Amino acid sequence: MRSLPAGRRLAASLAAVCAAGLLASCSSDAPPEGPPDPSGSAPAEDGGGAAEEAEFFEEDEYQRQLALAGETPEGPEGRPWEQMLRPEMVDTGEYALDEEQVHLCFSNAGVFNPWRQVGLTTMEAEVAEHEEIAEFTVLDAEGKDDKQISDIQNLSRQDCDLLIVSPNTTATLTPAVEEACRELPVIVFDRGVNTDCPVTFVHPVGGYAYGAAAADFLVENVEPGGKILALRISPGVDVLENRWSAAELAFEDSELEVADVEFTEGDPAVAKSIVTDAIQRHGSIDGVWMDSGATAVAAVEAFEDAGLPVPPISGEDQQDFLQAWADRDLTAIAPGYPTFQWRTPVIAALKVLRGEEVPGEWVLPQPVITEETRDDYLAADMPPLHYGLCGCEDLPGYPQDWGGR
Amino acid sequence: MTATTATPIQARVRRGTALTRALGSALPVCALLVLLLAALAVTDAGFYEPDRFLAFVRRAAPLLLLAAGQYLVIVSGHFDLSVGAVVTTGVVAAAEIYHSFPGAHWLVVTVVLVAAGALVGLVNGLVTTGLGVPSFITTLGMMLILEGGVFYWTGGSPTGYLPDDFRALGRQDAFGWLPWAVLVCVAVGAGVWWLTRSSWGRTLMATGDSERAAELSGVATARVRTVAFVLSGAAAALAAVLVGGFSGVSAQAGSGMEFEAITAVVLGGVLLGGGRGSVLGAMAGAFALTALFTLLNLRGVSGALEPTVQGVIVIAAVALGAADLSRRRRRSPAPPAPPPAAPAGEGPTHPSTGGPTS
Amino acid sequence: MAAASPSPALPAVAAPAARWRRGLADPAVGIWLAALGVTLLGWAVVAVRGGEFLTQPNITGILQNCVALGLIALGQTMVILTGSLDLSVAYLASLGTLVAAETMAGSDGNMVPAVVAVLALCAGVGLANGLIVTRLKVNAFIATLGVALILRGWIEDNYTGPAGDVSRSFQRLGYDRIGPVPVSVFLLVGVALALWFVLRRTRLGHHMYATGGDEHAARLSGVRTERTVLVAHVLCALCVGIAALFLAARFGAGSPWAGTEARYDLESIAAVVLGGTLLAGGRGGVVGTLGGVTVLAVLDSVFNQLAVDPFFKNVLRGVVIIAAVAVYARGRRSAGRSR
Repeated sequence: MRSLPAGRRLAASLAAVCAAGLLASCSSDAPPEGPPDPSGSAPAEDGGGAAEEAEFFEEDEYQRQLALAGETPEGPEGRPWEQMLRPEMVDTGEYALDEEQVHLCFSNAGVFNPWRQVGLTTMEAEVAEHEEIAEFTVLDAEGKDDKQISDIQNLSRQDCDLLIVSPNTTATLTPAVEEACRELPVIVFDRGVNTDCPVTFVHPVGGYAYGAAAADFLVENVEPGGKILALRISPGVDVLENRWSAAELAFEDSELEVADVEFTEGDPAVAKSIVTDAIQRHGSIDGVWMDSGATAVAAVEAFEDAGLPVPPISGEDQQDFLQAWADRDLTAIAPGYPTFQWRTPVIAALKVLRGEEVPGEWVLPQPVITEETRDDYLAADMPPLHYGLCGCEDLPGYPQDWGGR
Repeated sequence: MTATTATPIQARVRRGTALTRALGSALPVCALLVLLLAALAVTDAGFYEPDRFLAFVRRAAPLLLLAAGQYLVIVSGHFDLSVGAVVTTGVVAAAEIYHSFPGAHWLVVTVVLVAAGALVGLVNGLVTTGLGVPSFITTLGMMLILEGGVFYWTGGSPTGYLPDDFRALGRQDAFGWLPWAVLVCVAVGAGVWWLTRSSWGRTLMATGDSERAAELSGVATARVRTVAFVLSGAAAALAAVLVGGFSGVSAQAGSGMEFEAITAVVLGGVLLGGGRGSVLGAMAGAFALTALFTLLNLRGVSGALEPTVQGVIVIAAVALGAADLSRRRRRSPAPPAPPPAAPAGEGPTHPSTGGPTS
Repeated sequence: MAAASPSPALPAVAAPAARWRRGLADPAVGIWLAALGVTLLGWAVVAVRGGEFLTQPNITGILQNCVALGLIALGQTMVILTGSLDLSVAYLASLGTLVAAETMAGSDGNMVPAVVAVLALCAGVGLANGLIVTRLKVNAFIATLGVALILRGWIEDNYTGPAGDVSRSFQRLGYDRIGPVPVSVFLLVGVALALWFVLRRTRLGHHMYATGGDEHAARLSGVRTERTVLVAHVLCALCVGIAALFLAARFGAGSPWAGTEARYDLESIAAVVLGGTLLAGGRGGVVGTLGGVTVLAVLDSVFNQLAVDPFFKNVLRGVVIIAAVAVYARGRRSAGRSR
């Protein structure tokens, strides 16, 4: 009895070793689409090692985004989802199909927040616009990396003409996307993967530009020496980490003091409590920086309930925040991470399958909503968590399909 | 002791001082609460200004309600994991109702929500007691059904705004100084306390303590437990009204609250497995948990480390409570009952033999 | 839906029927029949809609989706059988992938140290769980919830995203397959066999069943129940460690959210109970758990094929879990009456 725990532990490690042995013995049976090539396709960034990857700050990319944010995109006016910044076109002749009808497949990370729901609705409406798309298969990974890997494998072995991927996590989906690239053309959007095998990677300018826009606004509008409260959703989400690291940099170079950095889990009740406590703890808060808009209105209300004027605050393009901004005449800014980017992959897919050239990296403009442009994005009949930058007003089914009236 | 259907609490604390008699198994949590409130006073001198303290109680209110409801279920030997989902569903459904009926009176909407919460509790109770499904599974399944169902209904996120009059209960003050949420809390707390003192409360406690003994003495255990689930569901829906009022419409409201509520109840000296503990202890546990969150905020503990501190304190507090309980039990004249080890209240059949059966 | 097929709802008229019924009342048999039923149903429904269900990519996908949840659910079976519970598995799985990927740092030479490090970490956490439950007498629900919070804080404080780099040859554990069968399925089956052996052929196993069935009686008959619960917790955590190694192989990196986003804590408990193991302990086993995991994976695949709304999927899952357990409870009661 006494020796049993050790024995079991041994057995368990033995099982692992056996499995490893089994692996070694069967590798020759592995199908060609099985293991990723050990020498070849490893992307250059992979070598960076844990520390650098976890830091989420790359100076070059940061500078590039700040520059891109100021540039004027190419493409049709008023249709930002078809515009592109600094495009470097690539030839897609090898993917051209003769058929009239195409079958697009989409591996979605999930629809676990309103941003993704607005996005998916927009994408489905874009698909409905194109008669040549005979079939549009969507697999939803429900936020699970493991399931998304299976979904990608499953789709790449079906009769899809092209695979669109919205990855749940950057690093962890890289092997699966590399594997899929060998089967069919792949388009990645929103979040990237650590490989350049996809035909194109569609994304707005990026997290650094977002975080910097909000932070620069506070630097301009808050008196020097003012105390900033930074509200973040949760640690470890790459896009959000980028936003914060850019803001941190901007605040370091300013006269402002970051009083607190707190995580809200995207829950307004938590956000309201945190803001209330921060006001008490520091006597006053002179500016609020947020990495996303979900809890911005709760933060505004926390100041109101404490009987204080609302300081300069950053939010996002969600209707409830835009509405509160207009009603209360706040000093505010709303950098967007536009949901109109969900239209672009479909457009890009059809171009690729027609053999037309697309940018190897399709960088979309990333509008920042200011006091002047706010009312353009405020739609009174849309639900509170709808995103103003959906670019969906011209699509069939608007506004009912997005929950509007 | 296990065989008696008389009030186990009274039997247990007959010895001891007036204070321990009044507090019973809630003594450790009261000590913890005093400690936390003292720490809050030291951290922040202005914490006990009436406005701020009342605002703090308002913040604690939803968890207090959930703890009161959860207490009834836990003391009857069960779990209710669906309360967090009831809160989410309640907030989203309220927004959806206002989207369809913009002029609805807040009282009507509140009553509809509470009735719907009670209905969820009724289903939980009937499935658990009638079909013999462990409550952990019933309410886990209910959680999936509610979360999925409400977003399936609303197309993924809430579609309407919550108007100010509906939000008053969670956000505004009565007479200009007393938060409505505090009043709701006191009313619900008093109501549940009165219930536990009533004959229904005694049968509930007896059911959780020993189902068989309760049945032998003529208690309709299934009905008693179902009522506990109904009350828990209704309390959760009321908590949803407060949460929605406090912080407005959201798709995230209430996530994780089921675990907070259960932690609060256990922190309050209520035994998982049923039969022991007081509702005052459970609500004190909820209060202590909110005080802990606030203390961590005010002391500026790194946002990321907060869960770790929380975990350590919860384990330590419950461990101390368990040590205290077993010590007191050893001193009591009656032979000690075997501590229920099962994490969940068992269904109607309890296997008398161990050993593989399949 | 899943549970309806093995339901002993028809009134028995003859003795063989009664025996048949009792066989069906055994959840481990029932759940595998249900798995078969769901597969056939899926095949039929998809076929009616002009699709093909049992294609090679689909079979591979179903099997692959069993592995991570299966390994964790096997561990969960151990603790549930002894009357305990482990809610820390999700965070432990995340931490395991991170430790594995960081220790490996992209080099094949670090494979063995990484495996050892992950298993050691998990054994340590399992030991901590077990000690808090047995020595400090904290209810398993709260104890493991507290440990989960501690792990969460640790992860959030130390990692800001995917980290580490899993060596290419270790990634083959996540991607290789023999015919339609992913090699990781053999890992799952291996662990299941080992645990089956422990449960059915060793004294430890008998003690686990006895402890879970009636701890008081077990202690009176000389079983060292505390140690049994402790060992169960360590075994559970080791299974989570193996699952973490598999996930790391699949991701190529460590992921701080891998475990929680997949809700392995509640899903594993649901799979165990779906497999017919009694939540209060004392009855059930690994065969049923594997069946439960299979049913969930097949259902997922059917939902995928039919493009069921992701929110509606949760509703169906909730209904299936409750219905299945209700059928078992009914089976147990009627079996109890006929005895």
